[in-house]
Amino acid sequence: MPELTDLSLLSVVEALRLGEFSSLELVQASLERIQRLEPSLQAFLTLVPEQALAQARAADRRLVAWRREPAAPLPTLLGVPVAVKDVLCVAGLRCTCGSRILENFIPPFNATAVERLLSAGAIVVGKTNTDEFAMGSSTENSAYFTTHNPWDLERVPGGSSGGSAATVAARALPAALGSDTGGSVRQPASFCGITGLKPTYGRVSRFGLVAYGSSLDVVGAFGRNASDVALMFTLIAGHDPLDATTLDLPVPVIQLNGKVDHNHPLRGLRLGVPEEYFIKGIQTEVEKAVRAAIEILERLGAQVKPISLPHTEYALPVYYLIAPAEASANLARYDGIRYGPRLPGEAMWDIFFNTRGEKFGPEVKRRIMLGTYALSAGYYDAYYGQAQKVRTLIKRDFELAFENVDLIAAPVAPTTAFRIGEHTDDPLAMYLEDIFTLPANLAGVPGLAFPVGFDHQGLPVGMQLMGPHFREDILFQVAHTYQQVTDWHERKPGIFS
Amino acid sequence: MTLTLQEVEHIAQLARLRLTEAEKTHYREQLSAILDHVARLQTLDTSGVLPTSSVLPSRRVLRSDEPHPGMTREDLLRNAPETEQDQFRIPPVFE
Repeated sequence: MPELTDLSLLSVVEALRLGEFSSLELVQASLERIQRLEPSLQAFLTLVPEQALAQARAADRRLVAWRREPAAPLPTLLGVPVAVKDVLCVAGLRCTCGSRILENFIPPFNATAVERLLSAGAIVVGKTNTDEFAMGSSTENSAYFTTHNPWDLERVPGGSSGGSAATVAARALPAALGSDTGGSVRQPASFCGITGLKPTYGRVSRFGLVAYGSSLDVVGAFGRNASDVALMFTLIAGHDPLDATTLDLPVPVIQLNGKVDHNHPLRGLRLGVPEEYFIKGIQTEVEKAVRAAIEILERLGAQVKPISLPHTEYALPVYYLIAPAEASANLARYDGIRYGPRLPGEAMWDIFFNTRGEKFGPEVKRRIMLGTYALSAGYYDAYYGQAQKVRTLIKRDFELAFENVDLIAAPVAPTTAFRIGEHTDDPLAMYLEDIFTLPANLAGVPGLAFPVGFDHQGLPVGMQLMGPHFREDILFQVAHTYQQVTDWHERKPGIFS
Repeated sequence: MTLTLQEVEHIAQLARLRLTEAEKTHYREQLSAILDHVARLQTLDTSGVLPTSSVLPSRRVLRSDEPHPGMTREDLLRNAPETEQDQFRIPPVFE
């Protein structure tokens, strides 16, 4: 029997029902693995082992009762351990957002995505590391520590949801939640060799997700493969009266059949390959692996079409005006009055200046200033106004493309995982890591990242599929089909085995 | 473009951030470099293009105006750095 922590989410769900092992055994195995790896991985900001074990015992009692009398339906994830990125509120658990300004903040409520996982029976074992307020591509902007990539501890796991990606990739937990404002689920999924979904904007409630760029933020999920992530997605998605941007649309039932039963399961699928995503400067091995994966999809029956998304090169400047502008407004609430630490000051204004100046980290201050400038009198039209117009052009690129293709395939990032410290002195170089993930956020379309190979240093390469609004189902079906004929997603980091 | 030190100080004032002299110099360089990069947006002709207000089709979002229980005062004040008589405590705003 393989180690319990090696099992996929779907296998764990089934095995718990069959009684092959107990939730307590599973949660214990996960916690032991986390505690063994944590000194080198540093994926968690908060761990709650005692609480998780108590919940596992309670889940086991329900499972035993259910097996005796299986009439009543059982919550889907009953007894399954998961992790939550530390920008999503879990009632009673410290939520730092990777920031000193929230170092002792204990939310009194659950984020809707968390609430839905908990009602599905999941057990939250801890909160994972993130760049401060999700601003970053490496977790190096966390005020606490940097998470390490399980494939090479000298390298970043990607970010900002790097802690969630690292713990799932290190085979400590079957699934975890993240958030994606400019690539923060897809890029760490790519760097860590796992599968990660950025859903359509408005598909998953943002209630209880600490706001960064509200027109871009979306809650996403990580898993070992497409079918695991699909299960997480169907559990967290759907309308929520507490988030007016969520749409009242049915969440699709995603049926992923195990075996590819004929030679051309993707026949009829039109797959667009945008030339703007294969630019100079992209790592050769990344391009090679992604093109090879596209060939496999073609062999499986997909019709591959070259397409153009002509405004792609403007996504970076548009994003780095809109996201900081929204952040500067969203982060105005951290003033040392209602929560967080308070630095002394004579008048109330001094408290604001002192607390914010001292407790926000360098990248957060940089983005607040950039956003404040872009919104300030005299500059609004030239910066923020123009960015919102160009955003319309980027969105239109996707709309036009989806008139001719069902899906778009592209690399997730121009390189594999970079070294810790490689970009820390040059914010612009760090921002360039996001060039391929930003457009989906600006257009609001869903994106699914999954592994399609390795470079010569043994680092995973990821590909992303992007689809029309609310068509996560096609992304999952195509990725699942690919994963039936490849085994990149089965590889695990050797250093821990 | 290069921001002046005065502009950096003005932005920090608007954003309510106390910055050290070293931070001001540092941010002046970095923000100038970022603004140079985003300046390429000015070269695009966007006449006749509407700004994006939402990536999703606009629709009316209404709910019934009915009172329902909110958070308790205890929950609301639990994270506050200073409280007094069940309220947030702050220094005087007006002398």
